[in-house]
Amino acid sequence: MQFESTVTQIQADNIDTDQIIPARFLKTISKDGLGDQLFFDWRYNADGSPKADFILNTDKAKASKVLFAGDNFGCGSSREHAPWALTQYGFQAVISTSFADIFKQNSLKNRLLPLVVSKEVHQQLRDALAANPDLAVSVNVETQTFTWPGGPSVHFPIDAFAKHCLLAGVDEIGYVLQHEAQIAAFEAQRVGTLNTLAG
Amino acid sequence: MPSKPRTIIEKVWDSHIVAEREGAPSLLFIDLHLVHEVTSPQAFSGLRQRGLKVRRPDLTFCTVDHSTPTTPRNLPIVDPIAATQVAQLEKNATEFGIPYFGFQNRDQGIVHVIGPENGLTQPGMTVVCGDSHTATHGAFGALAFGIGTSEVEMVLASQCLLQKKSKSYEVRVEGTLKPGVTAKDIILALCAKIGIGGGTGCVFEYTGSAIRALSMEERMTVCNMSIEAGARAGLVAPDEKTYEYLKGRRFAPKGAAWDEAVERWKQLATDEGATYDFTTTIDADALEPMITFGTNPGMGMAISATIPDPSNVADSLERDSLRKALAYMGLEAGKPIAGQKIDVVFVGSCTNSRMSDLRAAAGVLKGRKVSPSVRTMIVPGSQEIKRQAEAEGLDKIFREAGAEWREAGCSMCIAMNGDQLTPGQYSVSTSNRNFEGRQGKGGRTFLASPQTAAASAIMGVVTDVRTLA
Ligand code: SF4
Repeated sequence: MQFESTVTQIQADNIDTDQIIPARFLKTISKDGLGDQLFFDWRYNADGSPKADFILNTDKAKASKVLFAGDNFGCGSSREHAPWALTQYGFQAVISTSFADIFKQNSLKNRLLPLVVSKEVHQQLRDALAANPDLAVSVNVETQTFTWPGGPSVHFPIDAFAKHCLLAGVDEIGYVLQHEAQIAAFEAQRVGTLNTLAG
Repeated sequence: MPSKPRTIIEKVWDSHIVAEREGAPSLLFIDLHLVHEVTSPQAFSGLRQRGLKVRRPDLTFCTVDHSTPTTPRNLPIVDPIAATQVAQLEKNATEFGIPYFGFQNRDQGIVHVIGPENGLTQPGMTVVCGDSHTATHGAFGALAFGIGTSEVEMVLASQCLLQKKSKSYEVRVEGTLKPGVTAKDIILALCAKIGIGGGTGCVFEYTGSAIRALSMEERMTVCNMSIEAGARAGLVAPDEKTYEYLKGRRFAPKGAAWDEAVERWKQLATDEGATYDFTTTIDADALEPMITFGTNPGMGMAISATIPDPSNVADSLERDSLRKALAYMGLEAGKPIAGQKIDVVFVGSCTNSRMSDLRAAAGVLKGRKVSPSVRTMIVPGSQEIKRQAEAEGLDKIFREAGAEWREAGCSMCIAMNGDQLTPGQYSVSTSNRNFEGRQGKGGRTFLASPQTAAASAIMGVVTDVRTLA
């Protein structure tokens, strides 16, 4: 997993999943069509027309694979509709100084890379983008490196298992189901202490 | 040799490990999987695509709460998309053989309310739900956390979750709450103290004399908002209050099984000498009624304080966030929050919709009238609570005060069911999130306790219940 992309900035801390996709769009029973609802209340006017000055409505953002945001991205609700909407819009990575736990898990399961950088690197990238808004960053999951022309080569953390799943396209449910014997043994040992609801 | 002292968090974790492998997350067995209509349809579709069954329908329970109207139950669900979603859950539950409370069931309610109410939630369990407020169940000493829809599918298929061990974080609350100060104020104070991301990567254990003094319902209020301080779960070790609450409930163990269960549960408490990765303390004696002023639950303060000034914040991003929040909220730095005009009061949600919350609100509203300029909605957490409240005559108190008494559901906490603020409106809400638009696009939320909400409804402005004549 390796790509180059311009950067779409939404610089606010604590962007919660209610902003990423408002709750009223969660009544769907499918995963489709969520890209247009990404950041809906920040992105559209009351009459439904796109706000010209909101970054996601620009052609440049639409072609970009990287979202660059403030600290504690994805906090709040556990809705997986958030990474679905982000990936359907076209993002493959979100850069922040930290991510909320559930959002991070949900992202990795949808091949959206939560790319954690230090405060210093965050500031350096903001400065670099201020000087050149068209700057392209490059991301390499295999080597866990992240860089841009004239910038540092940054090693970003990623859990070994998550990395393996991203690179090898591992189906986590398939992986878990390979543990059938262990699950059955555990269940057998818990008979009598499991509070079953059947009947 | 005595074994190494462990926290309750470690004990529950250790006893649910199915498989462990170097370099991979643990495979954790799930004792109870709660399912609601919003975060599950895509998971059931996934199962069908794979041709899989639900492994343990007998450890799974479904209810509808988010998209359901709170208007009388003899009316149909008007919103066709919501109606489809509700029908889909009922179809999924039936097809996969999962017990459920449907929309018309007399025991329907908010998933985090009906779990404890029916004795589904028990000490020492691992509990998951596709919902970030699953931490509520931690009040019983269960390790309970929210998961995403892919994980819902994983648990349906395998009854297991791939999970990395969290860090432990002790939240010690010592002392005695003053009159007018509640469990809600404890958790809002924690969010304000450590911030909305303060508990990221952690599980909280709430300890201390002030936590022990709380009722089970109050402990649920505290645990419920653990996620609002960033923690995926938060729990309280079980004690006599826990057992007393659970005994005789519908799904609780009975007879000899009950006695055995209590013996097991008594072993759960954190061992003397066990250590936590992080610790913080809150002085209950010093707590005031709390209220939020901004657009996340960490932006809270004592109700008697003044709105913070962004120019006093050193960090530039933080300063911008605060500015942006105050602009959205239409509030001025330096001004008191008490006296701020409001349009709506909402008493409800999985944080504060149980009997003790309704009694607290009724205690304030009794013999008084809500301000004519305020719409006041009281939404019980479950149909069972609704019946109980009516048996006590609370509905009469609410109606006589001029408040609306609704059917059970999430309602204006998440504004998916038609109960919502209009742009620019202010509400005092007993729910758990004040994010932009959470209670309706453009709506502005102040989070507070049921007492504060009721007092504010009467006065038509944000009001400290202790100042009510
Ligand atoms: S009441 Fe609110 S927070 Fe609780 S489950 Fe419903 S929507 Fe979520």
